[in-house]
Amino acid sequence: MARRVKLILQAAAVFVVVLLVALLGWKVTDVAEGRGLDAALERGERPAAPQLTLDSLDGEGEIRLADFRGKAVVLNFWASWCEPCKDEAPLLEDVWQRYRDEGLVVLGIDAQDFRSDAQRFVDRFGLTYPIAFDGHGSSLGKFGNTGFPETWFVGRDGRLVGDHFVGPFTREQLEENVRAALDTPAR
Amino acid sequence: MIRRLAIATAAAALLAAGCGGDGDEQPTLAALEKKFICPTCQTTLELSNAPVADRMRDFIRQRLAAGDSEEEIEEALVAQFGEAVLASPPKEGFNLLAWVLPLAGGAVAVAAVAVALRRWSRSRPAAGPAPAGAEPLDPELERRVDEELARFEG
Repeated sequence: MARRVKLILQAAAVFVVVLLVALLGWKVTDVAEGRGLDAALERGERPAAPQLTLDSLDGEGEIRLADFRGKAVVLNFWASWCEPCKDEAPLLEDVWQRYRDEGLVVLGIDAQDFRSDAQRFVDRFGLTYPIAFDGHGSSLGKFGNTGFPETWFVGRDGRLVGDHFVGPFTREQLEENVRAALDTPAR
Repeated sequence: MIRRLAIATAAAALLAAGCGGDGDEQPTLAALEKKFICPTCQTTLELSNAPVADRMRDFIRQRLAAGDSEEEIEEALVAQFGEAVLASPPKEGFNLLAWVLPLAGGAVAVAAVAVALRRWSRSRPAAGPAPAGAEPLDPELERRVDEELARFEG
């Protein structure tokens, strides 16, 4: 009887250890997935953009990145408390206005922020492009983002293209990457 | 002994569990800064000078001035930033495991040590007079030992 109890306890201990190792592996893989995107772009590859489904900032439904398939997307992660984001906002609005008829979408993702602050930011800069709200910051890990602002470019085929900006970009850099994204085949 | 140890462990666990409630007292900013995590730097607000942490402090200050309770402020911050904003997981649902498992683990460890000590003390031969059946010392050898001891002490 005692031997049986001992076996059961040993099996339970092994199970707990395996479970913890599996959790650790899952967490490491999850983080590494986002980091891999950057490395792939640097190698000249075009990895598929991770799927995103988030609430829109104005609370009117959800925004899915997949819904923009066939269009080029500038994916800008920002927050109202981020100083460089204030410099980028007018540039992003400008390219959205100039290239939207060619099939460009600027998608802002406001993360780790107060919704009310984000709405004030949008009003202040007169932003009209779609903005998703991710207060929890759950989308950041999918891309391996480490701060604000960060910007990715998604081609019409749903694959990443061009540069990944960690921190602010210049007007020229933005134009160059918008063109690269627009020039991708829709497939 | 084991029973006392178990009672002491249970009392410590109850005290630890009871420390969470602050009753009806109005919380302070300093106290709340310890309870929330800055989402960008993953430290408590009291240790963070990140812009978002400053904004969260402002938010807490405003809510305190408006007379909100700790629960109301916690609810508002969780609604914005998710449960990851809490320095300690809530004591409900799956998160309860984070509170129960360490206590259960500690109790199991204490019980295991107690059982091991008990077995160890039982397996040791009792100290005291020579066990029955042991051979008596040779008289000649005993005389020489006494002589040596007398010379050593004298």
